[in-house]
Amino acid sequence: MTDAPILRIETLRKDFRTKNGTGVEAVAEVTFDIPENDFVCIVGPSGCGKSTLLRMIAGLETATAGRIDYRGEAVSRPRREIGMVFQEYSLLPWRHVLDNVSLGPEFLGAPRAQREAKAMEYLRLVGMEDFSRAFPHELSGGMRQRVAIVRALANDPDVLLMDEPFGALDAHTRILLQKELLRVWENHRKTILFVTHGVDEAIYLADRIMVMSARPGRILDVIDVTMERPRLRANPSYGPLAERILAILEQEAAASFRDAVEPQYNDT
Amino acid sequence: MVFKTILLRAAVYILMPCLFLAFWAFMARHLDNEVILPGVGQVAELFTQPTESLIAMGSLTRNVAISLVRVLAGYLLAVCLAVPLGILMGYYGTVFKLLNGFLALFRPIPPLAWVPLVLAWFGVASLATLFNVEKGTAYLYLNNLKFSMVFIIFIGAFYPILTSTIHGVMSVRSTLLDSARVLGASERDIFRKILLPASSPSIVNGMRIGLGVAWMCLVSAEMLPGSLSGVGYLITHAYTLARTDIVIAGMISIAVIGAFLDLFFRIVEDRKFAWTRLTR
Repeated sequence: MTDAPILRIETLRKDFRTKNGTGVEAVAEVTFDIPENDFVCIVGPSGCGKSTLLRMIAGLETATAGRIDYRGEAVSRPRREIGMVFQEYSLLPWRHVLDNVSLGPEFLGAPRAQREAKAMEYLRLVGMEDFSRAFPHELSGGMRQRVAIVRALANDPDVLLMDEPFGALDAHTRILLQKELLRVWENHRKTILFVTHGVDEAIYLADRIMVMSARPGRILDVIDVTMERPRLRANPSYGPLAERILAILEQEAAASFRDAVEPQYNDT
Repeated sequence: MVFKTILLRAAVYILMPCLFLAFWAFMARHLDNEVILPGVGQVAELFTQPTESLIAMGSLTRNVAISLVRVLAGYLLAVCLAVPLGILMGYYGTVFKLLNGFLALFRPIPPLAWVPLVLAWFGVASLATLFNVEKGTAYLYLNNLKFSMVFIIFIGAFYPILTSTIHGVMSVRSTLLDSARVLGASERDIFRKILLPASSPSIVNGMRIGLGVAWMCLVSAEMLPGSLSGVGYLITHAYTLARTDIVIAGMISIAVIGAFLDLFFRIVEDRKFAWTRLTR
């Protein structure tokens, strides 16, 4: 690869201090590069620091040590070029869909007509143009996440961070949204960093899968997915790949379970 | 059939007030002493001529209007201070730690307990003193706004508004703030476009409770020296003259106006904050 990576993460570490004063290492010395226009998935057991990692890249949290570079510039606060979609419900409940989607341009100071035109254009992209005047509470979970994704896109980011965006949806809606996300990504060429604990989801979506360890989060393995898109779950290489990732995760889960049961071995 | 259900539904609402009025009428006749309990008709008569001057104190409507202006003065002052302060305390942990313990010290003190101090500080000073007006109609109006009264009403309204504002801001989901920050919101945007609208249902609820308390502080505030008008004063003055009918008329005025102010807030809450009921 000759291109410089769009994101470079170098020996990034994050420690938390709990209420009783003991430090907890959430993310341990993580180093990786994200090439431009790649779709990268991070899978790992729950509580392994994947979300913390994403929040640091978004500039919402400061790292204890290490460095995050976006196109060679250090990231220390949120910036327009790096967008983020959350798992939880993040739309403003008092604003209708159109006003939610145009939030980014509004913060930038774009005039109303311009930002609404832009918001409509993006709503059309996911077939939500008829719901522009609907309020979030009138929408289903899948529609809300569509709006949340489109809201992030309407801000024209180069990198889209996605923190288990489909985690709260039912299986059918999730598959539908995965398909839509790929379509949007292929047409708009963004760099996507997508956190999930669904191995199947990661294989379906990613160019590359990073497998993270239990807390403190480290990167155990990086797997390139070379299958042709659109990927079919019936593809013969699908199963072995899933097996391979699941085996790594299973080992990790067992390790973290041992630590949880006998934590004194960790301290000495 | 439809007419009958409407009638029945209305009957449920007015049944208790009707029973109460009947009981009052019965007791008044039974006691036969208009100082202890005047008749329903005697009090109702006062409301048929609300602009007539009573016991040399001006009419009922005039006194009600004066009281309303006083309450609004103290109340608006409380809103203007408690809402911004509450937002800052709810958002910045340091400001909360700095002020919360201190403000909590004063919270349990009943507004009435402030009276001696307030009198020592402000005496009978009013807006007229502040603007140096000593005669004319302007004096009459401004002199009715005594600092001591405004202060007592202010104290009463301040705490409910502050508490609800802090609570409202603290319970704004962090995802809303995070997603706005990622979209490029400045601190100013966060306050104006996220925190304020997200906490406004709670703030308005606090304003409703605060107005109720302010209105209740009125009578005690208007009993302060230097007061010569207002429903509260009308009640105490009528009491010294054993005009119980005027006392009751004053109480009813306070109740009805208080209920209307409350209704106003309820309508605002219903119209503006429908989304709170519909979002989990």
